[in-house]
Amino acid sequence: MSDHEYTPKSKFGKWFNDRLPLLSLSAHLREYPTPKNLNYWWTFGGILTFCLVAQIVTGIVLAMHYVANSDLAFASVEHIMRDVNYGWLIRYFHANGSSMFFLAVYIHIFRALYYGSYKSPREVIWIIGMIIYFLMMMTAFTGYVLPWGQMSFWAATVITNLFSAMPFIGESVTNWLWGGFAVANPTLTRFYALHYLLPFLIFGLVILHIWALHVPGNNNPIGIELKKPSKDTVPFHPYIVIKDLFALLIFLIVFAFFVFYSPNLLGHPDNYIEANPMVTPSHIVPEWYLLPFYAILRSVPDKLFGVIAMFASVFVLVILPWLDTSKVKSAIFRPLYKQFYWFLLADVIILGYVGAMPAEGLYLLVARVATAYYFVHFLIVLPVLGYKEKTLDVPLSLTDPVLGGSTNEALTKGQKK
Amino acid sequence: MKNNLKLILIIFLISLNSLNSNSAEKSEDLLNPGWSFKGFFGKFDRASLQRGYQVYTEVCSACHSIKYLSYRNLYEPGGPEFSKEQAEIIASQFELTDGPNNDGEMFTRQARLSDSFVGPYANEKAATAANGGAYPPDMSVLVKARQGGASYIYSVLLGYEDPPEGMSLDDGVHYNKFMSGNKIMMTKPLSEGIVQYSDGTSATEEQMAKDVVTFLAWAAEPHLETRHKIGFRAIVYLIIITVLVYFSMKKLWSRIETEV
Repeated sequence: MSDHEYTPKSKFGKWFNDRLPLLSLSAHLREYPTPKNLNYWWTFGGILTFCLVAQIVTGIVLAMHYVANSDLAFASVEHIMRDVNYGWLIRYFHANGSSMFFLAVYIHIFRALYYGSYKSPREVIWIIGMIIYFLMMMTAFTGYVLPWGQMSFWAATVITNLFSAMPFIGESVTNWLWGGFAVANPTLTRFYALHYLLPFLIFGLVILHIWALHVPGNNNPIGIELKKPSKDTVPFHPYIVIKDLFALLIFLIVFAFFVFYSPNLLGHPDNYIEANPMVTPSHIVPEWYLLPFYAILRSVPDKLFGVIAMFASVFVLVILPWLDTSKVKSAIFRPLYKQFYWFLLADVIILGYVGAMPAEGLYLLVARVATAYYFVHFLIVLPVLGYKEKTLDVPLSLTDPVLGGSTNEALTKGQKK
Repeated sequence: MKNNLKLILIIFLISLNSLNSNSAEKSEDLLNPGWSFKGFFGKFDRASLQRGYQVYTEVCSACHSIKYLSYRNLYEPGGPEFSKEQAEIIASQFELTDGPNNDGEMFTRQARLSDSFVGPYANEKAATAANGGAYPPDMSVLVKARQGGASYIYSVLLGYEDPPEGMSLDDGVHYNKFMSGNKIMMTKPLSEGIVQYSDGTSATEEQMAKDVVTFLAWAAEPHLETRHKIGFRAIVYLIIITVLVYFSMKKLWSRIETEV
């Protein structure tokens, strides 16, 4: 991958590197040529890596004190909050960490959508990313069940019940998931096992995600393939490392505000009531980051087709590299796509909003229109746009003048005068 | 074009929002006496916590348990901060069943500092049966388990009124303008002078409600003061290091002819 072969200086280093090229790997990571025009939206990859590691570390500590038993789980969480040294800090960090993780992943995904980072030659990076995203949702959902509060219990009931929509095998599958005939202790213990397993699968996929990234190298705001290394690129270390660190610190300040000053703002009060199968909460809602999918699920009148629509909304993202037919990557050079992009972002936010509201009256109508647009955007607008849209001239490199001799404003913005 | 789209979007979102507030049940604005534990440097008022403990013990604890609180919490820093001796005396006033002893017998003993608060009923079923079918919820995390938190519970305590004309209530059901559905099984718990404060504070309904809710807020979040203290330091530290990293970054990138 790197252009010149790395040779360690010391004799032992050489001996070791010939047998396991860890030093070559580390040299590759330091020298990795990165486009110098990356903006701050590109720092979220590093932030996400931090989030994953932080969730795993805090999660392992919590697992030392948590008891996965339907009679004891709620009390063990209170034990962590009250009696474990700094248990409140670790738990609030972990609970808010999931929200921050999703916040970062949504920014990361929407950055890729804006700059066309999913397009050739980066389709595999994108697909691995989507698998990671799907596993993140499963991890977050299984984790939300563990405190065994009212929302935990009823969210588990609602979501596992979706599988019963499957024709013929639905009921058996649901019973198999539950480990019984209702959400109960066996459900909790298997969710706990999965919640511990999935983050390590994500970790492995993140390594593949980065590996796949290092083959073609980063996309960039202009969306052209750069010669690497060249004067359009900088070595990852120290330039990108320090920039990512700076962005991470800003992110951590926001994170700290949540953890220390409003740790329960993003949670639901009902989850501080112990699970009770006899009492249904008046309003069952998932965590905020799953609300758009919840809205899609409920906007379809038929249960089975609602479930299909919900899964299709993720699957449509997986095949996105082949739905978007435009050869131009960055929205900077795609005036029409740019409009539709903002429209999609608004659409998803609206879906999230109506997902939190009761599915009735105008909310239901809005949810249906927004769901329809979501699929229209990916299945009709993007394929057609590639043929119809008149794109702007794309420059050949970051430093060379733009094709046709005129300077492009978007390109010069980042350059020092 | 882009601005038009944004405008349409904003108008749409605002109209959604106003729609929401119209369709929602007409709910009263919660009462807020001004909580000392809110905000960046929020701390509990010790005297209020001690009075609140008194209201809890003399009034609430007749029906409500608070099982995740231990007697030792009463003298630990950040709480009511009774002296250790006072906390021991408080604990010794309660009895609980322990055992089995070496003869295999269960026995009754005085509570110790390490015990959690002794509740009024043996179990949830007993509590429900004794209260006309309505279980008085455990109060350990009650403040965190209700939308509106401390202000909501304060409001419910002071929200008892005569039902409006034409509304008939079943036996044992009371009207409360802050409770959802306006119906509550709990009889009005506070009335002027129901407790006698030893520090001379006059026991008005508002005062007792404020004190007991402060106590419950602490019970739900006993490490709140530490959290605020560490949080402030952590954020100041993060800001300082962010500024340092920012200037280092600027210095490094000055070698590259691109803005960072």
